[in-house]
Amino acid sequence: MFRRIEPAAADIRFSYEGREIVAQPGDSVATALLLAGETSLRTTPISGSARAPYCMMGVCFECLMEIDGVGNRQACLTPVKAGMQVQRQRGARELL
Amino acid sequence: MAYDVIVIGGGLVGGAIAWGAAAKGASVALIDQGDIAFRAARGNFGLVWVQSKGAGMPAYAHWTRASAELWPELADTLAGATGVDAALRQRGGLAFCLTDAELEERASLLTRMHNESGDIGTRIVDRDEIRAMVPGIGDRVVGASFCPIDGEAHPLHLLRALHSGLLRLGGDYLPGRTVDAIDAAPNSFTVRIGAERFIAEKLVIAAGLGSRELAPLVGLRMPVTPLRGQIIVTERLRPFLDYTCHTLRQTVEGLVMMGDSQEDAGFDTSVGVPVLRTMAERNTAVFPALKEASIVRVWAALRVMSPDGFPIYEQSERYPGAFAATCHSGVTLAGAHALALAPAIVAGELPEHFAAFSARRFDVPTH
Repeated sequence: MFRRIEPAAADIRFSYEGREIVAQPGDSVATALLLAGETSLRTTPISGSARAPYCMMGVCFECLMEIDGVGNRQACLTPVKAGMQVQRQRGARELL
Repeated sequence: MAYDVIVIGGGLVGGAIAWGAAAKGASVALIDQGDIAFRAARGNFGLVWVQSKGAGMPAYAHWTRASAELWPELADTLAGATGVDAALRQRGGLAFCLTDAELEERASLLTRMHNESGDIGTRIVDRDEIRAMVPGIGDRVVGASFCPIDGEAHPLHLLRALHSGLLRLGGDYLPGRTVDAIDAAPNSFTVRIGAERFIAEKLVIAAGLGSRELAPLVGLRMPVTPLRGQIIVTERLRPFLDYTCHTLRQTVEGLVMMGDSQEDAGFDTSVGVPVLRTMAERNTAVFPALKEASIVRVWAALRVMSPDGFPIYEQSERYPGAFAATCHSGVTLAGAHALALAPAIVAGELPEHFAAFSARRFDVPTH
């Protein structure tokens, strides 16, 4: 669905739901996952319906994910790092 | 336009009375200001709170309890008529204490209210019991007071349900209107707004902080002043709380709200970090895990406070048919306003025990 408009530079590898994703320096987690063909990154707290990144600039909060064990993180504002552990956010973040 | 009842003020108090009057078959107009209004209804924390209401005024304690009992009928009726769920949950309420002195003070308040106003099952729970009731409690919590009939609701859904319910009963909601003048005679009132004229046999002043200026036009006194409260809202979290807490509640959508600050700040509705920090510190002492939660919103709003903090309900002696209604608990008292006060207003007479709520109490010299 999406393709890069610039040639690839060095690879950054991280884990999404146990699957290895290859990203580029400067990618956000949301960008990298959209490029990898992943379009449903979370389910909503009330109805449990699927959601995808929308605004890609930090205002719509549709791209919330669990990143390195912390829930409700905005994937569009989080730069990829090598070895990152990313999970879908299922419903609301669990705190207790 | 002529009506049986005109209510001035489209917040939770006016909205509940207008809907309740329409439900009794009255033709009703609800006159409301625009978005420039202070609208305590839109800043409300959402407690349906009984345990600490009315120390020193048993009539208020009993009125609050009556409202909590009427709330399920109000919520069910509104949901059935409008499809809007006010999200009432009456699962019991906790007020946490962080020091032995606080716990002692709380215990003496409960004893006093028990003696003055009767038993509603409120009790002190100690350090061990509170930990068994609520997971995740911090070490600093020494105990709490628990009242089984406390609860919460969604203030914005309630406001919407009242307005929607009024329209469905054939009432008129008239927003964007600031009252210019009221021509008053016994059981005959003309409200003038620009070139518009609205006529009714009965008039209710429920205009929040605006009541202070309007009440004297119909021979009433409502000496209310603003008391600022600030609220913190976190991101949505998996439900972790089975009770309503005095300064913290988790909405049905998972948001955690923290509140109950009180400041005399005039009509200033701005938020300030020092107060927000104090609120966050106290609530994270109760639930340390909340330190990890992100704050997504803060706001401030103005409570509508009478000199002693208790409600004012009164019929004008000079202009019978004109009624005063104000309080700072628009959610808690919505059940009573809609299903007990409104029918009395339609019938033209407040019950005798309402004498306790008259503004005349502010004239009595204190000894």
